[in-house]
Amino acid sequence: MTESCCAGNVETGYFTFDSVKLENGGNFGPVTLAYETYGRLNKERSNAVLILHALSGDAHAAGFHKGDKKPGWWDAMIGPGKAFDTGKYFVICSNVLGGCQGSTGPASVNPATRKPFGLDFPLITIDDMVRCQKKLVDSFGIERLLCVCGGSMGGMQVLSWLTRYPERVRGAIPIATCFKHSPQQIAFNEVGRQAIMADPHWNEGKYYGGSLPARGLALARMIGHITYMSDVSMAKKFGRERKDVAQTFAFNAADFEVEGYLHYHGDNFVKRFDANSYLYITKAMDNFDASRGKDFHDALAGIKARLLVVAFKSDWLYPSYQSKEIVKACKFSGVETSYCEVDSNYGHDAFLLETREETRLISHFLKKLHSEVS
Amino acid sequence: MGTDILKSDHRKILEIVAPGSSVLDLGCGSGELLALLVREKKVRGQGIEIDEKAIYDCVERGLNVLHGDIDTGLSEYRDGAFDYVILNQSLQQVEHLERVLTDSLRVGRKVIVGFPNFAHVGSRAQLFFRGISPVTPSLPYTWYETPNRHFLSISDFITYCNARPIRIEKRAYLGARADVHFFPNVFARTGLFLISKK
Repeated sequence: MTESCCAGNVETGYFTFDSVKLENGGNFGPVTLAYETYGRLNKERSNAVLILHALSGDAHAAGFHKGDKKPGWWDAMIGPGKAFDTGKYFVICSNVLGGCQGSTGPASVNPATRKPFGLDFPLITIDDMVRCQKKLVDSFGIERLLCVCGGSMGGMQVLSWLTRYPERVRGAIPIATCFKHSPQQIAFNEVGRQAIMADPHWNEGKYYGGSLPARGLALARMIGHITYMSDVSMAKKFGRERKDVAQTFAFNAADFEVEGYLHYHGDNFVKRFDANSYLYITKAMDNFDASRGKDFHDALAGIKARLLVVAFKSDWLYPSYQSKEIVKACKFSGVETSYCEVDSNYGHDAFLLETREETRLISHFLKKLHSEVS
Repeated sequence: MGTDILKSDHRKILEIVAPGSSVLDLGCGSGELLALLVREKKVRGQGIEIDEKAIYDCVERGLNVLHGDIDTGLSEYRDGAFDYVILNQSLQQVEHLERVLTDSLRVGRKVIVGFPNFAHVGSRAQLFFRGISPVTPSLPYTWYETPNRHFLSISDFITYCNARPIRIEKRAYLGARADVHFFPNVFARTGLFLISKK
Protein backbone atom coordinates (compact mmCIF):
# COMPACT_ATOMS: atom_id res chain seq x y z
CA MET A 1 0.00 0.00 0.00
CA THR A 2 1.52 3.32 -1.02
CA GLU A 3 1.21 6.29 1.29
CA SER A 4 1.57 9.74 -0.17
CA CYS A 5 -1.06 12.48 -0.17
CA CYS A 6 -3.87 10.09 0.64
CA ALA A 7 -4.39 6.48 1.52
CA GLY A 8 -3.14 5.77 -2.03
CA ASN A 9 -4.26 2.89 -4.18
CA VAL A 10 -6.27 0.47 -2.13
CA GLU A 11 -7.87 -2.89 -2.74
CA THR A 12 -10.89 -4.47 -1.15
CA GLY A 13 -10.25 -7.68 0.78
CA TYR A 14 -12.75 -10.40 1.61
CA PHE A 15 -13.07 -12.24 4.92
CA THR A 16 -15.26 -15.33 5.10
CA PHE A 17 -16.35 -17.25 8.18
CA ASP A 18 -18.58 -20.28 8.67
CA SER A 19 -21.48 -18.78 10.54
CA VAL A 20 -22.71 -16.08 12.86
CA LYS A 21 -25.28 -16.39 15.64
CA LEU A 22 -28.06 -13.96 14.84
CA GLU A 23 -29.89 -11.84 17.39
CA ASN A 24 -33.26 -13.10 16.21
CA GLY A 25 -32.14 -16.70 16.71
CA GLY A 26 -30.39 -19.31 14.65
CA ASN A 27 -27.03 -19.43 12.95
CA PHE A 28 -26.41 -17.96 9.55
CA GLY A 29 -23.54 -18.69 7.23
CA PRO A 30 -21.22 -18.72 5.53
CA VAL A 31 -20.75 -14.96 5.70
CA THR A 32 -18.32 -12.85 3.70
CA LEU A 33 -17.37 -9.31 4.68
CA ALA A 34 -15.76 -6.95 2.19
CA TYR A 35 -13.20 -4.79 3.97
CA GLU A 36 -10.35 -2.39 3.44
CA THR A 37 -7.47 -1.38 5.68
CA TYR A 38 -5.26 1.68 5.66
CA GLY A 39 -2.01 2.16 7.55
CA ARG A 40 -0.16 -0.53 9.51
CA LEU A 41 -1.11 -2.51 12.59
CA ASN A 42 1.63 -2.03 15.20
CA LYS A 43 3.37 -4.87 17.03
CA GLU A 44 1.22 -4.43 20.15
CA ARG A 45 -1.92 -4.33 17.95
CA SER A 46 -3.02 -1.31 19.92
CA ASN A 47 -3.48 1.25 17.11
CA ALA A 48 -6.52 -0.17 15.31
CA VAL A 49 -9.48 2.06 14.49
CA LEU A 50 -12.72 0.65 13.09
CA ILE A 51 -14.74 2.93 10.81
CA LEU A 52 -18.44 2.09 10.49
CA HIS A 53 -20.36 3.22 7.45
CA ALA A 54 -23.85 4.66 7.08
CA LEU A 55 -26.89 3.22 5.26
CA SER A 56 -25.56 3.49 1.72
CA GLY A 57 -21.84 3.41 2.49
CA ASP A 58 -19.36 0.63 1.85
CA ALA A 59 -15.93 -0.72 2.80
CA HIS A 60 -14.18 1.75 0.50
CA ALA A 61 -13.67 4.58 2.98
CA ALA A 62 -10.41 6.03 1.70
CA GLY A 63 -7.86 6.02 -1.10
CA PHE A 64 -8.47 5.13 -4.72
CA HIS A 65 -9.41 1.89 -6.38
CA LYS A 66 -7.21 1.32 -9.42
CA GLY A 67 -8.41 3.49 -12.31
CA ASP A 68 -10.99 5.34 -10.19
CA LYS A 69 -11.12 9.13 -10.18
CA LYS A 70 -13.19 9.33 -6.98
CA PRO A 71 -11.69 8.35 -3.62
CA GLY A 72 -13.47 6.48 -0.79
CA TRP A 73 -16.42 8.07 1.00
CA TRP A 74 -14.43 9.49 3.96
CA ASP A 75 -11.13 10.14 2.23
CA ALA A 76 -10.99 13.65 3.68
CA MET A 77 -10.71 12.08 7.13
CA ILE A 78 -8.50 9.02 6.56
CA GLY A 79 -4.90 9.14 5.32
CA PRO A 80 -1.42 10.34 6.27
CA GLY A 81 -1.68 13.44 8.46
CA LYS A 82 -5.48 13.40 8.41
CA ALA A 83 -7.84 12.93 11.39
CA PHE A 84 -7.41 9.17 11.18
CA ASP A 85 -3.70 9.46 10.53
CA THR A 86 -2.63 6.30 8.70
CA GLY A 87 0.94 7.11 9.70
CA LYS A 88 -0.12 6.32 13.28
CA TYR A 89 -3.25 4.22 13.12
CA PHE A 90 -4.40 1.06 11.43
CA VAL A 91 -7.82 1.84 9.99
CA ILE A 92 -10.34 -0.87 9.11
CA CYS A 93 -13.66 -0.41 7.33
CA SER A 94 -15.98 -3.23 6.27
CA ASN A 95 -19.25 -3.41 4.41
CA VAL A 96 -22.11 -4.40 6.74
CA LEU A 97 -23.87 -7.75 6.83
CA GLY A 98 -26.95 -7.37 4.65
CA GLY A 99 -25.13 -4.94 2.38
CA CYS A 100 -24.55 -5.20 -1.34
CA GLN A 101 -21.02 -3.93 -1.82
CA GLY A 102 -19.13 -7.19 -1.39
CA SER A 103 -20.53 -8.44 1.91
CA THR A 104 -23.17 -11.17 2.24
CA GLY A 105 -26.64 -9.75 1.74
CA PRO A 106 -29.99 -10.51 0.11
CA ALA A 107 -28.41 -10.31 -3.37
CA SER A 108 -25.86 -13.02 -2.45
CA VAL A 109 -26.39 -16.59 -3.61
CA ASN A 110 -28.11 -18.83 -1.09
CA PRO A 111 -25.97 -21.99 -0.95
CA ALA A 112 -29.11 -24.07 -0.30
CA THR A 113 -30.96 -22.98 -3.45
CA ARG A 114 -28.08 -21.63 -5.57
CA LYS A 115 -30.25 -18.59 -6.19
CA PRO A 116 -30.04 -15.12 -4.66
CA PHE A 117 -31.55 -15.01 -1.16
CA GLY A 118 -34.04 -12.23 -1.81
CA LEU A 119 -36.51 -12.24 1.06
CA ASP A 120 -35.17 -15.60 2.31
CA PHE A 121 -32.32 -13.58 3.78
CA PRO A 122 -32.73 -13.50 7.59
CA LEU A 123 -33.97 -10.35 9.33
CA ILE A 124 -30.66 -8.97 10.53
CA THR A 125 -29.98 -6.33 13.20
CA ILE A 126 -27.34 -3.68 13.89
CA ASP A 127 -25.98 -6.00 16.61
CA ASP A 128 -25.61 -8.77 13.99
CA MET A 129 -23.58 -6.44 11.77
CA VAL A 130 -21.34 -5.70 14.74
CA ARG A 131 -21.00 -9.38 15.66
CA CYS A 132 -19.63 -10.01 12.15
CA GLN A 133 -17.26 -7.04 12.45
CA LYS A 134 -15.98 -8.49 15.71
CA LYS A 135 -15.01 -11.68 13.90
CA LEU A 136 -13.07 -9.59 11.37
CA VAL A 137 -11.33 -7.70 14.18
CA ASP A 138 -10.56 -11.01 15.92
CA SER A 139 -8.97 -12.30 12.71
CA PHE A 140 -6.37 -9.52 12.97
CA GLY A 141 -5.61 -10.59 16.54
CA ILE A 142 -6.77 -7.21 17.84
CA GLU A 143 -7.84 -7.55 21.45
CA ARG A 144 -8.93 -3.97 21.98
CA LEU A 145 -9.71 -1.40 19.33
CA LEU A 146 -8.28 2.04 19.95
CA CYS A 147 -11.50 3.50 18.67
CA VAL A 148 -14.74 2.79 16.82
CA CYS A 149 -16.22 5.66 14.82
CA GLY A 150 -19.16 6.20 12.53
CA GLY A 151 -21.91 8.60 11.54
CA SER A 152 -25.64 8.00 11.24
CA MET A 153 -26.15 4.21 11.04
CA GLY A 154 -22.39 3.96 11.63
CA GLY A 155 -23.02 5.70 14.94
CA MET A 156 -25.58 3.06 15.87
CA GLN A 157 -22.93 0.40 15.27
CA VAL A 158 -20.59 2.41 17.50
CA LEU A 159 -23.18 2.26 20.29
CA SER A 160 -23.70 -1.45 19.66
CA TRP A 161 -19.94 -2.07 19.99
CA LEU A 162 -19.88 0.02 23.15
CA THR A 163 -22.74 -1.81 24.86
CA ARG A 164 -22.15 -5.34 23.48
CA TYR A 165 -18.34 -5.44 23.63
CA PRO A 166 -17.37 -2.67 26.07
CA GLU A 167 -14.10 -4.38 26.95
CA ARG A 168 -13.04 -4.36 23.29
CA VAL A 169 -12.96 -0.58 22.72
CA ARG A 170 -10.94 2.23 24.32
CA GLY A 171 -12.76 5.06 22.61
CA ALA A 172 -15.98 5.58 20.70
CA ILE A 173 -17.09 8.38 18.39
CA PRO A 174 -20.81 8.30 17.54
CA ILE A 175 -21.58 11.11 15.07
CA ALA A 176 -25.02 12.49 14.08
CA THR A 177 -26.79 9.45 15.46
CA CYS A 178 -29.20 8.16 18.09
CA PHE A 179 -29.55 5.15 20.36
CA LYS A 180 -32.97 4.40 18.92
CA HIS A 181 -34.98 5.75 16.01
CA SER A 182 -37.79 8.22 16.62
CA PRO A 183 -41.19 7.64 14.97
CA GLN A 184 -40.24 10.30 12.40
CA GLN A 185 -37.08 8.42 11.42
CA ILE A 186 -39.00 5.15 11.16
CA ALA A 187 -41.63 6.93 9.08
CA PHE A 188 -39.13 8.18 6.50
CA ASN A 189 -37.59 4.72 6.23
CA GLU A 190 -41.02 3.15 5.83
CA VAL A 191 -41.92 5.49 2.96
CA GLY A 192 -38.66 4.48 1.27
CA ARG A 193 -39.46 0.80 1.72
CA GLN A 194 -43.00 1.24 0.45
CA ALA A 195 -41.65 3.02 -2.65
CA ILE A 196 -39.47 0.00 -3.41
CA MET A 197 -42.20 -2.55 -2.76
CA ALA A 198 -44.70 -0.58 -4.84
CA ASP A 199 -42.46 -0.94 -7.88
CA PRO A 200 -43.99 -3.72 -10.09
CA HIS A 201 -40.48 -5.02 -10.80
CA TRP A 202 -39.85 -5.65 -7.12
CA ASN A 203 -41.81 -8.91 -7.34
CA GLU A 204 -41.58 -9.90 -3.65
CA GLY A 205 -37.82 -9.43 -3.84
CA LYS A 206 -37.36 -11.90 -6.71
CA TYR A 207 -36.06 -9.52 -9.37
CA TYR A 208 -32.49 -10.74 -9.71
CA GLY A 209 -31.63 -11.54 -13.33
CA GLY A 210 -34.61 -9.53 -14.55
CA SER A 211 -35.73 -5.90 -14.48
CA LEU A 212 -34.78 -4.15 -11.24
CA PRO A 213 -37.23 -2.14 -9.11
CA ALA A 214 -35.28 0.90 -10.25
CA ARG A 215 -38.04 3.50 -9.98
CA GLY A 216 -38.90 2.45 -6.45
CA LEU A 217 -35.31 2.42 -5.24
CA ALA A 218 -34.59 5.76 -6.92
CA LEU A 219 -37.64 7.26 -5.23
CA ALA A 220 -36.52 5.91 -1.85
CA ARG A 221 -33.13 7.51 -2.42
CA MET A 222 -34.69 10.83 -3.43
CA ILE A 223 -36.68 10.91 -0.19
CA GLY A 224 -33.48 10.08 1.65
CA HIS A 225 -31.58 12.94 0.05
CA ILE A 226 -34.24 15.44 1.09
CA THR A 227 -33.81 14.33 4.71
CA TYR A 228 -30.01 14.53 4.49
CA MET A 229 -30.05 18.22 3.59
CA SER A 230 -31.46 21.28 5.33
CA ASP A 231 -33.76 24.06 4.20
CA VAL A 232 -30.78 26.41 4.21
CA SER A 233 -28.38 24.06 2.41
CA MET A 234 -30.96 23.40 -0.31
CA ALA A 235 -31.63 27.12 -0.74
CA LYS A 236 -27.87 27.76 -0.99
CA LYS A 237 -27.16 24.88 -3.35
CA PHE A 238 -30.13 25.20 -5.70
CA GLY A 239 -32.18 28.28 -4.94
CA ARG A 240 -35.04 28.33 -7.43
CA GLU A 241 -32.63 28.00 -10.34
CA ARG A 242 -34.05 26.30 -13.40
CA LYS A 243 -32.15 23.78 -15.45
CA ASP A 244 -33.17 25.45 -18.73
CA VAL A 245 -34.37 28.95 -19.41
CA ALA A 246 -37.29 27.60 -21.38
CA GLN A 247 -39.89 26.13 -19.07
CA THR A 248 -40.99 22.71 -20.23
CA PHE A 249 -44.35 22.47 -18.47
CA ALA A 250 -43.76 18.72 -18.51
CA PHE A 251 -43.94 16.49 -15.48
CA ASN A 252 -41.34 13.99 -16.65
CA ALA A 253 -38.55 16.57 -16.92
CA ALA A 254 -36.66 18.35 -14.17
CA ASP A 255 -37.46 22.06 -14.30
CA PHE A 256 -35.66 23.09 -11.16
CA GLU A 257 -32.06 22.39 -10.24
CA VAL A 258 -33.20 20.66 -7.06
CA GLU A 259 -35.31 18.25 -9.11
CA GLY A 260 -32.35 17.49 -11.37
CA TYR A 261 -30.21 16.82 -8.31
CA LEU A 262 -32.72 14.38 -6.84
CA HIS A 263 -33.22 12.60 -10.19
CA TYR A 264 -29.49 12.30 -10.73
CA HIS A 265 -28.84 10.86 -7.26
CA GLY A 266 -31.86 8.58 -7.44
CA ASP A 267 -30.84 7.13 -10.80
CA ASN A 268 -27.20 6.80 -9.82
CA PHE A 269 -28.06 4.99 -6.62
CA VAL A 270 -29.80 2.22 -8.56
CA LYS A 271 -26.53 1.41 -10.32
CA ARG A 272 -24.71 0.65 -7.07
CA PHE A 273 -27.31 -0.40 -4.53
CA ASP A 274 -29.62 -3.38 -4.16
CA ALA A 275 -33.26 -2.64 -3.36
CA ASN A 276 -33.60 -5.60 -0.98
CA SER A 277 -30.48 -4.47 0.92
CA TYR A 278 -32.23 -1.12 1.34
CA LEU A 279 -35.22 -2.88 2.89
CA TYR A 280 -33.14 -5.03 5.23
CA ILE A 281 -30.74 -2.34 6.38
CA THR A 282 -33.38 0.33 7.01
CA LYS A 283 -35.36 -2.26 8.99
CA ALA A 284 -32.26 -3.02 11.06
CA MET A 285 -31.91 0.69 11.80
CA ASP A 286 -35.55 1.04 12.82
CA ASN A 287 -35.38 -1.99 15.12
CA PHE A 288 -32.17 -0.81 16.79
CA ASP A 289 -32.42 0.19 20.43
CA ALA A 290 -29.11 0.32 22.28
CA SER A 291 -31.03 0.61 25.56
CA ARG A 292 -32.83 -2.68 24.84
CA GLY A 293 -36.04 -1.19 26.15
CA LYS A 294 -34.56 -0.07 29.48
CA ASP A 295 -32.90 3.16 30.55
CA PHE A 296 -29.99 3.78 28.21
CA HIS A 297 -27.72 4.73 31.12
CA ASP A 298 -28.07 1.18 32.48
CA ALA A 299 -26.60 -0.13 29.21
CA LEU A 300 -23.62 2.17 29.72
CA ALA A 301 -22.98 1.31 33.37
CA GLY A 302 -19.36 0.43 34.10
CA ILE A 303 -18.08 1.35 30.65
CA LYS A 304 -14.40 2.32 30.73
CA ALA A 305 -14.23 3.60 27.16
CA ARG A 306 -14.14 7.33 26.53
CA LEU A 307 -16.68 8.93 24.20
CA LEU A 308 -16.66 11.79 21.74
CA VAL A 309 -20.23 12.57 20.67
CA VAL A 310 -20.73 14.91 17.71
CA ALA A 311 -23.97 16.45 16.40
CA PHE A 312 -24.77 19.16 13.85
CA LYS A 313 -27.07 22.08 14.45
CA SER A 314 -29.10 21.91 11.21
CA ASP A 315 -29.43 18.10 11.21
CA TRP A 316 -33.17 17.49 11.46
CA LEU A 317 -33.04 13.79 10.53
CA TYR A 318 -30.83 12.98 13.54
CA PRO A 319 -31.43 16.12 15.61
CA SER A 320 -28.90 17.10 18.27
CA TYR A 321 -31.35 16.24 21.07
CA GLN A 322 -30.75 12.58 20.19
CA SER A 323 -27.00 13.01 20.65
CA LYS A 324 -27.71 14.84 23.91
CA GLU A 325 -29.69 11.80 25.09
CA ILE A 326 -26.54 9.72 24.59
CA VAL A 327 -24.53 12.35 26.47
CA LYS A 328 -27.10 12.44 29.26
CA ALA A 329 -26.82 8.68 29.76
CA CYS A 330 -23.01 8.97 29.81
CA LYS A 331 -23.20 11.71 32.46
CA PHE A 332 -25.50 9.64 34.62
CA SER A 333 -23.30 6.55 34.28
CA GLY A 334 -20.06 8.44 34.86
CA VAL A 335 -18.64 7.68 31.41
CA GLU A 336 -15.93 10.16 30.39
CA THR A 337 -17.46 12.06 27.50
CA SER A 338 -16.92 15.01 25.23
CA TYR A 339 -19.75 16.49 23.20
CA CYS A 340 -19.76 19.09 20.47
CA GLU A 341 -22.69 20.46 18.53
CA VAL A 342 -21.08 21.79 15.39
CA ASP A 343 -22.68 24.91 13.92
CA SER A 344 -23.37 23.73 10.38
CA ASN A 345 -25.97 24.42 7.68
CA TYR A 346 -25.51 21.12 5.87
CA GLY A 347 -28.15 19.12 7.72
CA HIS A 348 -27.46 15.41 8.24
CA ASP A 349 -24.95 15.43 5.36
CA ALA A 350 -22.72 17.55 7.61
CA PHE A 351 -21.06 14.44 9.02
CA LEU A 352 -19.55 13.84 5.57
CA LEU A 353 -18.86 17.50 4.83
CA GLU A 354 -17.75 19.29 8.00
CA THR A 355 -14.42 17.51 7.95
CA ARG A 356 -12.41 20.50 9.24
CA GLU A 357 -14.30 20.60 12.54
CA GLU A 358 -14.43 16.81 12.79
CA THR A 359 -10.67 16.65 12.17
CA ARG A 360 -9.98 19.08 15.02
CA LEU A 361 -12.08 17.03 17.41
CA ILE A 362 -11.18 13.52 16.29
CA SER A 363 -7.43 13.94 15.76
CA HIS A 364 -6.93 15.17 19.33
CA PHE A 365 -9.37 12.71 20.84
CA LEU A 366 -7.43 9.87 19.16
CA LYS A 367 -4.09 11.38 20.18
CA LYS A 368 -5.21 11.30 23.81
CA LEU A 369 -6.41 7.69 23.55
CA HIS A 370 -3.21 6.70 21.77
CA SER A 371 -1.03 8.36 24.42
CA GLU A 372 -2.62 6.17 27.06
CA VAL A 373 -1.61 2.91 25.38
CA SER A 374 1.83 3.84 24.05
CA MET B 1 4.51 25.90 32.70
CA GLY B 2 5.75 26.97 36.13
CA THR B 3 3.25 27.67 38.85
CA ASP B 4 4.77 31.15 39.30
CA ILE B 5 3.03 32.59 36.26
CA LEU B 6 -0.37 31.09 37.11
CA LYS B 7 -3.39 33.28 37.52
CA SER B 8 -3.84 33.83 41.24
CA ASP B 9 -7.32 32.27 41.31
CA HIS B 10 -6.03 29.20 39.48
CA ARG B 11 -3.18 28.90 41.96
CA LYS B 12 -5.60 29.05 44.89
CA ILE B 13 -7.89 26.43 43.36
CA LEU B 14 -4.88 24.22 42.70
CA GLU B 15 -4.05 24.43 46.43
CA ILE B 16 -7.59 23.47 47.41
CA VAL B 17 -8.22 20.48 45.13
CA ALA B 18 -7.05 17.12 46.53
CA PRO B 19 -4.86 14.94 44.29
CA GLY B 20 -6.64 12.22 42.34
CA SER B 21 -10.11 13.65 42.93
CA SER B 22 -12.88 14.15 40.40
CA VAL B 23 -13.71 17.65 39.22
CA LEU B 24 -16.56 19.18 37.25
CA ASP B 25 -15.66 22.62 35.90
CA LEU B 26 -18.79 24.56 34.99
CA GLY B 27 -18.05 27.16 32.34
CA CYS B 28 -14.55 25.79 31.81
CA GLY B 29 -13.78 28.06 28.83
CA SER B 30 -10.75 26.87 26.89
CA GLY B 31 -9.92 24.46 29.69
CA GLU B 32 -6.89 26.25 31.13
CA LEU B 33 -7.77 25.54 34.77
CA LEU B 34 -9.00 22.01 34.13
CA ALA B 35 -5.86 21.10 32.18
CA LEU B 36 -3.79 22.48 35.06
CA LEU B 37 -5.69 20.32 37.57
CA VAL B 38 -5.36 17.23 35.38
CA ARG B 39 -1.62 17.79 35.00
CA GLU B 40 -0.71 18.86 38.54
CA LYS B 41 -3.28 16.98 40.62
CA LYS B 42 -4.10 14.04 38.33
CA VAL B 43 -7.80 14.75 38.73
CA ARG B 44 -10.51 13.06 36.67
CA GLY B 45 -11.80 16.18 34.99
CA GLN B 46 -14.98 17.06 33.16
CA GLY B 47 -15.83 20.45 31.73
CA ILE B 48 -19.05 22.06 30.54
CA GLU B 49 -18.84 25.02 28.19
CA ILE B 50 -21.30 26.90 25.97
CA ASP B 51 -18.87 28.34 23.41
CA GLU B 52 -18.20 26.03 20.45
CA LYS B 53 -14.72 27.45 19.76
CA ALA B 54 -13.70 26.75 23.36
CA ILE B 55 -14.84 23.13 22.95
CA TYR B 56 -12.21 22.57 20.24
CA ASP B 57 -9.56 24.12 22.51
CA CYS B 58 -10.54 21.79 25.36
CA VAL B 59 -10.46 18.69 23.15
CA GLU B 60 -7.04 19.79 21.88
CA ARG B 61 -5.88 19.87 25.49
CA GLY B 62 -7.09 16.28 25.86
CA LEU B 63 -9.94 17.22 28.20
CA ASN B 64 -13.44 15.80 28.48
CA VAL B 65 -15.79 18.65 27.71
CA LEU B 66 -19.50 18.90 27.06
CA HIS B 67 -20.98 21.54 24.80
CA GLY B 68 -23.93 23.01 26.67
CA ASP B 69 -25.08 25.55 29.19
CA ILE B 70 -24.52 25.33 32.92
CA ASP B 71 -28.16 25.90 33.78
CA THR B 72 -29.37 22.66 32.19
CA GLY B 73 -26.12 20.69 32.29
CA LEU B 74 -26.05 19.89 36.00
CA SER B 75 -29.33 18.12 36.60
CA GLU B 76 -28.25 15.05 34.61
CA TYR B 77 -25.58 14.04 37.13
CA ARG B 78 -26.07 11.73 40.08
CA ASP B 79 -25.79 13.00 43.67
CA GLY B 80 -22.15 13.25 44.73
CA ALA B 81 -20.88 12.38 41.24
CA PHE B 82 -17.83 14.65 41.73
CA ASP B 83 -15.53 15.52 44.62
CA TYR B 84 -15.52 19.14 43.46
CA VAL B 85 -17.77 21.26 41.31
CA ILE B 86 -16.02 24.44 40.21
CA LEU B 87 -17.85 27.64 39.34
CA ASN B 88 -14.94 29.94 38.66
CA GLN B 89 -15.99 33.28 37.16
CA SER B 90 -19.18 31.68 35.87
CA LEU B 91 -21.68 31.88 38.77
CA GLN B 92 -22.40 35.56 38.05
CA GLN B 93 -23.36 34.63 34.48
CA VAL B 94 -25.85 31.80 35.01
CA GLU B 95 -29.54 32.46 34.58
CA HIS B 96 -30.91 30.43 37.49
CA LEU B 97 -28.25 31.05 40.13
CA GLU B 98 -30.13 29.51 43.06
CA ARG B 99 -30.81 26.31 41.20
CA VAL B 100 -27.26 26.05 39.89
CA LEU B 101 -25.75 26.50 43.35
CA THR B 102 -28.17 24.01 44.93
CA ASP B 103 -27.53 21.49 42.16
CA SER B 104 -23.76 22.03 42.36
CA LEU B 105 -23.89 21.24 46.08
CA ARG B 106 -25.88 18.09 45.24
CA VAL B 107 -23.59 16.89 42.42
CA GLY B 108 -20.30 17.87 44.09
CA ARG B 109 -19.29 16.95 47.63
CA LYS B 110 -17.66 20.37 47.69
CA VAL B 111 -18.09 23.41 45.52
CA ILE B 112 -15.49 26.02 44.65
CA VAL B 113 -16.96 29.41 43.76
CA GLY B 114 -14.93 32.31 42.41
CA PHE B 115 -16.48 35.62 41.38
CA PRO B 116 -15.55 39.27 40.82
CA ASN B 117 -16.23 41.41 43.88
CA PHE B 118 -18.67 44.11 42.83
CA ALA B 119 -17.90 46.12 45.98
CA HIS B 120 -14.19 46.51 45.21
CA VAL B 121 -12.92 50.01 45.84
CA GLY B 122 -12.35 50.58 42.10
CA SER B 123 -15.99 49.85 41.31
CA ARG B 124 -17.16 51.94 44.26
CA ALA B 125 -15.12 54.91 43.09
CA GLN B 126 -16.46 54.78 39.53
CA LEU B 127 -20.00 54.45 40.75
CA PHE B 128 -19.69 57.09 43.48
CA PHE B 129 -17.52 59.77 41.92
CA ARG B 130 -18.28 59.38 38.23
CA GLY B 131 -21.75 57.90 38.50
CA ILE B 132 -21.06 55.22 35.89
CA SER B 133 -21.47 51.46 35.88
CA PRO B 134 -18.00 50.24 36.81
CA VAL B 135 -15.57 48.81 34.25
CA THR B 136 -12.59 47.33 36.10
CA PRO B 137 -9.96 44.62 35.48
CA SER B 138 -12.18 42.05 37.21
CA LEU B 139 -15.43 43.43 35.77
CA PRO B 140 -14.17 44.36 32.31
CA TYR B 141 -17.48 44.78 30.50
CA THR B 142 -19.55 47.84 29.74
CA TRP B 143 -23.15 47.76 30.93
CA TYR B 144 -24.45 47.08 27.42
CA GLU B 145 -22.27 44.08 26.55
CA THR B 146 -21.71 42.32 29.85
CA PRO B 147 -22.42 38.58 30.02
CA ASN B 148 -22.87 38.99 33.79
CA ARG B 149 -26.38 38.72 35.19
CA HIS B 150 -25.64 38.93 38.92
CA PHE B 151 -23.59 41.68 40.55
CA LEU B 152 -22.57 40.39 43.95
CA SER B 153 -20.02 41.39 46.54
CA ILE B 154 -18.01 39.21 48.89
CA SER B 155 -20.31 40.30 51.76
CA ASP B 156 -23.35 39.40 49.65
CA PHE B 157 -22.09 35.88 49.12
CA ILE B 158 -21.24 35.31 52.78
CA THR B 159 -24.66 36.58 53.84
CA TYR B 160 -26.25 34.32 51.22
CA CYS B 161 -24.46 31.20 52.52
CA ASN B 162 -25.16 32.05 56.17
CA ALA B 163 -28.87 32.30 55.48
CA ARG B 164 -28.85 28.78 53.99
CA PRO B 165 -27.51 25.39 55.05
CA ILE B 166 -24.22 26.14 53.29
CA ARG B 167 -20.92 25.79 55.14
CA ILE B 168 -18.02 28.01 54.08
CA GLU B 169 -14.98 25.78 54.54
CA LYS B 170 -12.31 28.00 53.07
CA ARG B 171 -12.13 31.49 51.69
CA ALA B 172 -9.53 33.48 49.79
CA TYR B 173 -9.60 37.16 48.86
CA LEU B 174 -7.48 38.04 45.89
CA GLY B 175 -6.18 41.47 44.96
CA ALA B 176 -4.32 42.59 41.87
CA ARG B 177 -1.03 41.15 43.11
CA ALA B 178 -1.45 39.53 46.51
CA ASP B 179 -4.02 38.12 48.88
CA VAL B 180 -6.13 40.71 50.68
CA HIS B 181 -6.53 40.41 54.45
CA PHE B 182 -7.69 43.93 55.28
CA PHE B 183 -11.35 44.81 54.51
CA PRO B 184 -11.66 42.23 51.71
CA ASN B 185 -15.09 43.48 50.64
CA VAL B 186 -13.41 46.78 49.78
CA PHE B 187 -9.97 45.74 48.59
CA ALA B 188 -10.33 42.25 47.06
CA ARG B 189 -11.01 42.00 43.34
CA THR B 190 -12.02 38.36 43.55
CA GLY B 191 -13.69 36.24 46.20
CA LEU B 192 -12.95 32.52 46.21
CA PHE B 193 -14.92 30.15 48.45
CA LEU B 194 -14.91 26.44 49.19
CA ILE B 195 -18.40 25.55 50.30
CA SER B 196 -20.37 22.41 51.12
CA LYS B 197 -23.80 21.41 52.32
CA LYS B 198 -24.33 21.64 56.07
